Amino acid sequence: MVKGIEKYGIPVVHMCTVVPISMTVGANRIVPTIAIPHPLGNPNLDEKEEYNLRKRLVDKALDALVTEVDGQTVFE
Amino acid sequence: MSKIKVVHYINQFFAGIGGEEKAHVEPELREGVVGPGMALNAGFKGEAEIVATVICGDSYFNENLEEAQKTILEMIKSQEPDLFIAGPAFNAGRYGVACGTITAAVQDELGIPALTGMYEENPGVDMFRKEIYIAATRDSAAGMRQAVQVMVPLALKLVNNEEIGSPEEEGYHPKGIRKNFFTEQRGSARAVDMLLKKLKGEEFVTEFPMPDFDRVEPAAALKDLSKAKIAIVTSGGIVPKGNPDHIESSSASKYGEYDISGFDNLTAETHETAHGGYDPVYANLDADRVIPVDVLRQYEKEGKIGELHRYFYTTVGNGTAVASSKAFSEEIGQKLIDDGVDAVILTST
Repeated sequence: MVKGIEKYGIPVVHMCTVVPISMTVGANRIVPTIAIPHPLGNPNLDEKEEYNLRKRLVDKALDALVTEVDGQTVFE
Repeated sequence: MSKIKVVHYINQFFAGIGGEEKAHVEPELREGVVGPGMALNAGFKGEAEIVATVICGDSYFNENLEEAQKTILEMIKSQEPDLFIAGPAFNAGRYGVACGTITAAVQDELGIPALTGMYEENPGVDMFRKEIYIAATRDSAAGMRQAVQVMVPLALKLVNNEEIGSPEEEGYHPKGIRKNFFTEQRGSARAVDMLLKKLKGEEFVTEFPMPDFDRVEPAAALKDLSKAKIAIVTSGGIVPKGNPDHIESSSASKYGEYDISGFDNLTAETHETAHGGYDPVYANLDADRVIPVDVLRQYEKEGKIGELHRYFYTTVGNGTAVASSKAFSEEIGQKLIDDGVDAVILTST
């Protein structure tokens, strides 16, 4: 999916929990996430904390999109 | 010679503990044989025997790679096996990663012959094929009988230190090793033969398949986030409630395109997941946990990003053929270009 879209020259940031799979499929900008069934959330947190957690992850993804990379890069 | 002692690794599903709702279970060591180990044991015909089975949930393993690996290695070591077998994982992605990781670690760190099995499109194949023997299996557990036929002889050869033949002969995924051998005909004659066959349109087998560097150059970074139109794409199967286009829970044959222009926030009333490869409880309660519409909408209002694209694109990445994903993403990419989208956030579960 990532490669099929990035081929058009659109930068894609892949947000996923299993980073080795993302590396194997060839994503260039990778943001590690929380867990497989809830990558951008954590049901153990209260609503506000969970929203802030998601915000931090989206911030990382947006940072990745404005950062030039010359190969596969994980934005921890 | 005494019986060869085997330790077997399987996931929570094949152990009969449960499906995705149990994918978080921690590693467990059980004496004897469990689930698919029985078919392997039968295949060994008394020559080898599974003495213990290690079970771990697929999500637990993948979310805690280092810790899970350490615990499981200890469990395997405690049994002092002569041979280790993981899976087969067929086309289950997280299971494949787990089987590959453990098989490589047992081989390299414990120095015990180790083998696993997977379908060729399992991401675990490309991750580990160079390090370990991975028997080529079918894409689902219906292929267990075939898997046993390949894995048992290969495992016995490994443990008995016998010479392993070519990938074609033995039925494992090529490891990328070249072996010298003498042939009847010299290279020039073989090359001309091949060329003649090609000219006649006949089938021929190359002696050196070109490596498939399936990589895409990173696209240039965004210059100005505040003017960028950003689209969401997901393989996590988020769909409007009721899954109007009936996207399949596994081996998806299609993707969906859905309008989110009217949403500030996704809720249990409006959206859910169609994905059958992870516990859906959390995503069904709040789909923003998979696609962050709420945050991106806020950022759009604040002017941090230019615009959240009107549509999001979604499919179920669960045993879905690589060819299908490729076709979906090429269509989606074209639509995004036509709609002037500048960047994509793609989420996976």
